[in-house]
Amino acid sequence: MTSSSDLGDLYQEVVLDHGKRPRNFGKLEGATHHAEGLNPLCGDHFTVYARVEGGAVREARFEGSGCAISKASASVMTGVVKGKSRAEIDALFERFHRLVTEGPRPGDEESLGKLAVFGGVHDYPTRVKCASLAWHALRAALDGQGQPISTE
Amino acid sequence: MTAVKTGPEGSVAQRRIAPAEWPARFDPARARADFPILRQQVHGKPLAYLDNAATAQKPRAVLEAMDRYYEETNANIHRGVHLLSERATKLHDDARAAVARFIHARDAREVVFTRGTTEAVNLVAQTFGRTRVSAGDEVLVTALEHHSNIVPWQMLCREKGATLRVLPIDDRGDLQLDALDGLLGPRTRLLAVTQVSNALGTVTPIAEIVRRAKARGVPVLVDGAQGIPHLGFDVAASGADFYAFSGHKMYGPTGIGVLWGRRELLEEMPPWQGGGDMILSVSFEKTVYNHVPHKFEAGTPAIAEAVGLAAAIEYLEAIGMPAIAAHEHELLAYALEALGEVPGLRLVGTPRERSGAISFLLGDVHPHDVGTILDRHGVAVRAGHHCAQPLMQRLGVAATVRASVALYTTREDVDALVRGLHAAAEVFA
Repeated sequence: MTSSSDLGDLYQEVVLDHGKRPRNFGKLEGATHHAEGLNPLCGDHFTVYARVEGGAVREARFEGSGCAISKASASVMTGVVKGKSRAEIDALFERFHRLVTEGPRPGDEESLGKLAVFGGVHDYPTRVKCASLAWHALRAALDGQGQPISTE
Repeated sequence: MTAVKTGPEGSVAQRRIAPAEWPARFDPARARADFPILRQQVHGKPLAYLDNAATAQKPRAVLEAMDRYYEETNANIHRGVHLLSERATKLHDDARAAVARFIHARDAREVVFTRGTTEAVNLVAQTFGRTRVSAGDEVLVTALEHHSNIVPWQMLCREKGATLRVLPIDDRGDLQLDALDGLLGPRTRLLAVTQVSNALGTVTPIAEIVRRAKARGVPVLVDGAQGIPHLGFDVAASGADFYAFSGHKMYGPTGIGVLWGRRELLEEMPPWQGGGDMILSVSFEKTVYNHVPHKFEAGTPAIAEAVGLAAAIEYLEAIGMPAIAAHEHELLAYALEALGEVPGLRLVGTPRERSGAISFLLGDVHPHDVGTILDRHGVAVRAGHHCAQPLMQRLGVAATVRASVALYTTREDVDALVRGLHAAAEVFA
């Protein structure tokens, strides 16, 4: 069935797994930065925490509720940003955002690593915000913005 | 003239469906043919449009009436001395009369055109509310309300130092009427209540609510956005003071809605927006306002949309609201039974009387994910908080999936929904 295979691109096994059993889930004690991310359209609501030391994120965690895509994205993100500087995180987000809005390109597997599992999102424009929510929250946290960020 | 539909009947005159053509229980499959948009496929599947509580689709009669207006009549109203302006003014007046007839208003001057339900509620809050509500007063709403029947009152209460109070619901999603009398106090200046919950489909006992409010001398505003497409409304019999609804949820165009208000209240209320059409005379020293309803209709109104709304009303009248209500009632019963057999499905809201919508959750799958999978199966639903966040909080859910029906909804649409839900359960097994 075509629709099932389409859906399989979005809901890849890895995505479903991270959605069901999110990694780095729960409050981060000793966090130096944190920010809320809110998608008012569907009620997704996360808080992303980071511990920054020596110019790099040493640890990141998140808590809250949301759909499978937003939760899986937060789960994978909090893993891949460990050890990265702000500039590296921004560059990674830029490539990730291009992936979820425009689709996969050659070389993505190497540059994006685990994040490449979100390559199906670009076929679902309404889900781009779900995939990006945790990233916006992390960047707001690192910017030190006290205000919750919103996808709207 | 737009393309005239030439069926076996052929003639232009017969394009309007005569009531006699419809059996007492009309055939939704036949009505479906009146809605061009429903013919399409989405993602390779026939469209099963179950997002009618967000907006209903438009019958050809509405589309053609609006096209015809722009092709033959378009002019500004209440101004020109020329023929087109006279005709446009007449059509706009006729539309007001059609609305008055449909809601059983005694006087067409009680019908104020607005952009929609939201603007109608805001109009009452900003005119009636601002003159009647002062510090220490109370405005009463219910836990079922859409944001558009909460926020305007909240803004008013904040401005005036008044208190917003809330009639609670029980776990089924029905209003707790036994708490009503206790909440209708000497400082209650208005009760604002929905006819039908947009999120849960709860039909509220308007007659009983109005009776109790009136016994305390409290005026009542009824939000009819979700009620009128399914049940209609009789403003005269209801005893309510204000009734607000939108055109686009009752098969008419977007951009037009109605505030019906009791004549003596409308007369007493100050104007809201200033501008052309709402005045009788203007000088820099003094402006004399126009009579109702024009006092509340500043600027050039949505004329084509009013014409479209009138066409939607004629369409509904031709079928008959009782026939529509009976069909939808039967369909909801079928849907509730079918959904009951989907493993892991939990209804959110099980009101004693339901109209229009069914809200549910599928296991622990997020409604947004369910919505995406249903979409790929051709099924359009709403997934989210339905602009009723306080209600969602009361029920302890962040969001729900909502399937909502219309006169053209068939059992096949429900079957497609059930198939899609099985597929969603499979993805998240």
